[in-house]
Amino acid sequence: MAETGNSDAIAAAFADGPAYVPYLVVGDPDYESSKAYVEALDRGGADVIELGLPFSEPIAEGSTIQEALVRSLDAGMTPERFFEFAEEVDVDAAVVCMTYYNLIYQFGTDPGPRPFVERAAAAGIQGLVVPDLPAEEADPLRAACDEFGLDLVFIVAPTTRGDRLDRIMEHVSGYVYVQARLGTTGARDDVSDQTTASLDRLREYDVPKAVGFGISTGEHAERIVAGGADGIIVGSALVDLVAEGVEDDLSAEVVADRLEALSRELTDGAERGYRSRTETVESA
Amino acid sequence: MSETDTRTTDATDGAAPSRRPGRERGRGDGKFGRYGGQYVPEALMPAIEELTDAYERYVLNNEDGFMDEFRERLADFGGRPTPLQRADRLSERYDTEVYLKREDLLHGGAHKLNNALGQVLLAKYMGKERIIAETGAGQHGTATAMAAAHLDMPCTIYMGERDINRQRPNVFRMKLNGSEVKPVTTGRGTLKEAISETMRDWAATVEDTHYVIGSIVGPHPFPVMVRDFQAVISEEAREQAIEKTGGLPTDVVACAGGGSNTMGAFAEFVDDESVALRAVEAGGSTLEVDEEAGVAPNSASLFAGEEGVLHGARTKLLQDSDGQIMESHSVSSGLDYAGVGPELAYLVDEGRVEPVAVDDDAALEGFHRLSSTEGIIPALETAHAFGYLEEHHDELGERVVVNVSGRGDKDLDAAIEETDQRDLPNAPDMSMFTEGI
Ligand SMILES: Cc1ncc(COP(=O)(O)O)c(C=O)c1O
Repeated sequence: MAETGNSDAIAAAFADGPAYVPYLVVGDPDYESSKAYVEALDRGGADVIELGLPFSEPIAEGSTIQEALVRSLDAGMTPERFFEFAEEVDVDAAVVCMTYYNLIYQFGTDPGPRPFVERAAAAGIQGLVVPDLPAEEADPLRAACDEFGLDLVFIVAPTTRGDRLDRIMEHVSGYVYVQARLGTTGARDDVSDQTTASLDRLREYDVPKAVGFGISTGEHAERIVAGGADGIIVGSALVDLVAEGVEDDLSAEVVADRLEALSRELTDGAERGYRSRTETVESA
Repeated sequence: MSETDTRTTDATDGAAPSRRPGRERGRGDGKFGRYGGQYVPEALMPAIEELTDAYERYVLNNEDGFMDEFRERLADFGGRPTPLQRADRLSERYDTEVYLKREDLLHGGAHKLNNALGQVLLAKYMGKERIIAETGAGQHGTATAMAAAHLDMPCTIYMGERDINRQRPNVFRMKLNGSEVKPVTTGRGTLKEAISETMRDWAATVEDTHYVIGSIVGPHPFPVMVRDFQAVISEEAREQAIEKTGGLPTDVVACAGGGSNTMGAFAEFVDDESVALRAVEAGGSTLEVDEEAGVAPNSASLFAGEEGVLHGARTKLLQDSDGQIMESHSVSSGLDYAGVGPELAYLVDEGRVEPVAVDDDAALEGFHRLSSTEGIIPALETAHAFGYLEEHHDELGERVVVNVSGRGDKDLDAAIEETDQRDLPNAPDMSMFTEGI
């Protein structure tokens, strides 16, 4: 892969084989359990972990993640607590923060994104994903990320084409988040045709492509990686397990084991997809 | 010859309205100084670019005669122009000439149709097949449902659960006009949540659906486009004032939630430096804020808010120190919103618009005063402007235009209930009814 990013850890995560990029909301349902859950993702083979910092108006999120964000906010999550979490959590994977722009903009005493990025860098965070920040509005955040060595990941939607795609690909660093379908986040049963079309459009750009939105099984992971993705991003399917734990009053250990098991299923699926790709190349 | 060349110039002013810089603001890049912008998920950006293009072609350049058709439908279906009426009792009470711009007489009973009809018609010109909208008081939802029925488009309205309970007559009206009403149960179930939920629908359906946003909020081009559709209020009022009184008003007063009736009433006056522009926000029960609970018992984002990013735009917001959006409050659902249009935020910073807050009690008093002395029952939103007159009439000049943004039929239950909880000197005794219910 080309040198596309600021973070060596993220570049390394995509360097050999498909990357598994799980997402969980920090502090869901409480600080300590969520630490155990994120560590379980790491044991399950995570290469990059997207940690969600909850915002009160998550306009890109479906109901699964909305409810998780509410659980976390109700349990007292704040940006500063989030950074402490990132410092304390014991994982090998590279860590990326996913949140909305107003929290980034308001952090610290001076308005603007710089104090947030500086604090994130100090907490060991390697990159940011900001779903309500299109490339047009991203210059100040991009400058701060470059200053502190963070990657700024952008989302490419099924509707993104032509000039817009070029503009985003100019800004992106680390990896590009390929949104598998239109709509909001949420686990689905099928793999969308929009995914294949998006990967085709992105083929000429030399940056790792991680596909997300709706992936919930090892079989999805396999098909998406076989279709050319460099990584899979999985959120709602994992958050569903946390929600189940809350509903059924399960212990944190049981939920952590389930998260680790689903992670293994997903990484195994991604590996199979990757092997089928290299085999096709070799036999060609 | 171009459009502007043929337009007759205004004798008292010398410049065609569209040449006035106040009317051009934000049109190019969607920025009002530091405010505005397009903070939305990438999936929506192509739709927003498509909409910007359509706005420029059809609204600004009248392509295919769009604006002509819009004006004709506003007249025939909507009942425009609305009158500018002298309020005799209020004029006497405050010892100043008080004129009412009667948007309550527009079809549907509020200014909202100006925008809803414009956007649904635009969606048709764009070839969209479905309409979605959020609503707070139900007035925008009602106006959108009417416009969608009028123009034969299927329509879905998102409305917070709490607002559904506060504004039942409007829910019935939307259903009667053939729209689907979807309750939003997240958060406190008010306008903020309804906007978020409509944006989520749009993110999934953007290819064939147009989102008719209900105020001068959201990503560019919504704030400028909604202002341009609502500007008909001040285009008429300015001419009517000159005709009736021989000159410009000294003050224009309008309530402000998101701010669409406000900017509609101000737009043509922004460049008239002598006219004071007063935006009246909902002061709720108090202007103090409960950081711990994340609650602001008011909706005074211009008056008490801080800069931030919400629902696609940088503007003034009610938020805590981390940037989490606060739950707002107002006795009127239509003002119950933690943000405000970016153009108003800018005009307030520039000192061009003066923001004031009027609390629930004063709004209810205003509601009763206009009802009992002028024979006009205002919407609770509008009532804030009359609360302001009572509290601040000393600061006003000799000729005041108040925008009567809507009528109060939708609010009768709420107004009677809220009145019952208070000791209001000018309210009629309704206990014989409330106790019996
Ligand atoms: C009658 C009336 N006035 C005012 C408002 C507030 O909206 P805006 O501030 O956009 O004019 C509403 C909103 O529902 C309304 O129904």
